[in-house]
Amino acid sequence: MIDLWLVIIAFLWTGYFVLEGFDFGVGMLSPFLGRNEGQRKQVLQTIGPVWDGNEVWLITAVGAMFAAFPAWYAGFLSSFYLPLTLVLAGLIVRGVALEWRGKLEHSSDRAWADVGIAAGSALPAFLWGAVFADVLLDSGVAALVGGAFSLAVCLLHGAVFLALRTEGVVRRRARAAAMGTLVAVIPLGIVALSSIPREGSGAVWIAAGTAMALLAAGGSLIWRRREGWAFAATAGAIALASAALFGTLAGAPMPGLTLEQAASGPYTLNVLTWIGLAILPFVLGYQGWTYWVFRKRISAPGGATQVQRAQTGIGQ
Amino acid sequence: MEALDLARWQFGVTTVYHFLFVPLTIGLGVFVAGLQTAWHRTGKEHYLRLTKFFGKLFLINFAMGVVTGIVQEFQFGMNWSEYSVFVGDVFGAPLALEALLAFFMESTFLGLWIFGWDKLPKRVHLATIWAAVIGSNLSAYFILAANAWMKHPVGYEVVDGRARMTDLWAVLTNSTALAQVPHVIAASFIVAGGFVLAVSGHRLLRGDTTFRSPLRGALVMTAIAGAVVAGSGDMSAKLMYEQQPMKLAAAEGLTHDTKGAPFHVLPGIEIPKLLSFLSTNDFEATVQGSEDIQRRLEEKFGPGDYRPNQEVVFWSYRVMLGFGLSTVGLSVLGLWLTRRRRQVPPWYAKALVLALPLPLLAVIGGWLLSEIGRQPWTVAGELLTAASVSPGVSLAEVATSLTLFTLLYGVLALAEVVLLVRSVRKGPELPSAPAAEPVREPSLMY
Repeated sequence: MIDLWLVIIAFLWTGYFVLEGFDFGVGMLSPFLGRNEGQRKQVLQTIGPVWDGNEVWLITAVGAMFAAFPAWYAGFLSSFYLPLTLVLAGLIVRGVALEWRGKLEHSSDRAWADVGIAAGSALPAFLWGAVFADVLLDSGVAALVGGAFSLAVCLLHGAVFLALRTEGVVRRRARAAAMGTLVAVIPLGIVALSSIPREGSGAVWIAAGTAMALLAAGGSLIWRRREGWAFAATAGAIALASAALFGTLAGAPMPGLTLEQAASGPYTLNVLTWIGLAILPFVLGYQGWTYWVFRKRISAPGGATQVQRAQTGIGQ
Repeated sequence: MEALDLARWQFGVTTVYHFLFVPLTIGLGVFVAGLQTAWHRTGKEHYLRLTKFFGKLFLINFAMGVVTGIVQEFQFGMNWSEYSVFVGDVFGAPLALEALLAFFMESTFLGLWIFGWDKLPKRVHLATIWAAVIGSNLSAYFILAANAWMKHPVGYEVVDGRARMTDLWAVLTNSTALAQVPHVIAASFIVAGGFVLAVSGHRLLRGDTTFRSPLRGALVMTAIAGAVVAGSGDMSAKLMYEQQPMKLAAAEGLTHDTKGAPFHVLPGIEIPKLLSFLSTNDFEATVQGSEDIQRRLEEKFGPGDYRPNQEVVFWSYRVMLGFGLSTVGLSVLGLWLTRRRRQVPPWYAKALVLALPLPLLAVIGGWLLSEIGRQPWTVAGELLTAASVSPGVSLAEVATSLTLFTLLYGVLALAEVVLLVRSVRKGPELPSAPAAEPVREPSLMY
């Protein structure tokens, strides 16, 4: 049961990294790929309907840790106090900036929102990588490398997502940006591989190695304009990297703490398992449906596909 | 000054702040869903415009509720790691369920609602706002069940110095929670009602007659919610008499066990025997006083001060009652004034605008009463607040995060107020005439 809950927690964090990974990337890229108001709206609209739901994966992952492994939850959050304070600050600024941007009428106010979106995305994108690298190796250098790697991967993943979800000039720029990020992603990834402990199991090494290969594959696929496959590759890479991370943490999620010591009692784990398994398909179902509803590529305002959209909308 | 003190300040500041936005989200969401339903049913254009107008205000506020909520979930682990280890088995469960059952639903369907106006069939689109607001209300239930457990722990046993859940059903149907849930949700409808009334009052003063119907709707909503708040408050008071006598004694400034205890309206103004009656339905019942409870608790738990800050608890109770009841009273008066299609008198519209802070002050009072009255315990009778704090977190760290959150929250509060005021001044969009208009700038959401 304890192993199952490690898998559930890993699944929730993985969902968070894969989904908010591209949100963060899009947020960071928005001021650079959207060079005028219309393009910026186009960029942000790709994540508009989904980013909040994506963030709930974090809330659920942390809530599940609290319920299933209280000592892990408490140890993790209290020992990374200041980095997590900054993560929260980033998520706060980013969230309100995303929600409020469309309701601001002055372009100077929107410029503030753009800074908030980009900085509020960059901060957690960097810090999550830094924090987890530090859990693995307990070293400042490892944290810097881990942070830089996760930031670069979010940029790549976000750029690929944008290339998949937009058309026109933004799509072209997103493809170029995706290929550009590989310059940072590949070397940082190779260095980051060294954060896997020497005694790490074979499966962890295979997962991490495959993740690296998929990142490179993502770059080559985007070059060949196979954007859907490229997105599958970067999403798969993040999922495998996350699996490698939690596979490594299985022995000791925090230094000096085993999963058994951290876990809640069998009653709690049992009852939460049944409820969780009953509810999760619905959650996946309606989240998936959201992506289906908004599956159409988004063009810059004024484009043909926007004409019907012009009549309605709250947020303008 | 210790890390403990600042951690408590941080919890107080971030929680009270969070709960300025949450009740508005809960109540206003339902109000917007109601407006959209009215448009769906009647096909009248002005309902659509009102849906979008109040929808925009709702979304401005919703953002703040969401982002400040994340802090809450992290804060238990960051500042209160000893508490988290002790309670996680029980307290974590409703939190996890809240995220899984309520937050996913709320956020996903709200995204569909905001961006789905022209992508979803009308009926489905209407269903998305209802799904989102059901999610919001459901989240209130889970978090309140967790909160109620701190005051009246049930369905658990303590094994090896940690609480272990033995009965989830008992936790979710805790009598304290069942009284608190309708109380807090109804209070949220009063907050939202007060907000809609102030906005409508302002628009009516500017001659915008569209706002007569939301004003009437909010009057009805606030008055009904007032009845629910009073009823559930009475239930809470009776439970408090049984479960949290110290809080009751502090709220009443009652120092010694008293038979036929009076109720203090304000210091010096008392109604004989009313407190006994409110607590037990018996005018002659004995209500315990703080000094006598203190003595009994020392016998049970050893030396220590088991009294909360009595001044704060006493006054926050009166703030809650006074400002809450005056909001409800104002709405009942409004129902009378506007009966049978009568005009809204301008003085009354002005009063509604001025009354905007009252329900917000009332909910702040309610939370201070509820949580400061629980002190010095985080889990009543099980864990002291002083023993709950993170041992490895320094004063400087808590000071840093407290300063950062306070500054950030201050700036964002200002920005939200400016945004809301601008949107209210601008008023609803005029009826659109798409045929007459050439291709215009498309109204993207962002």
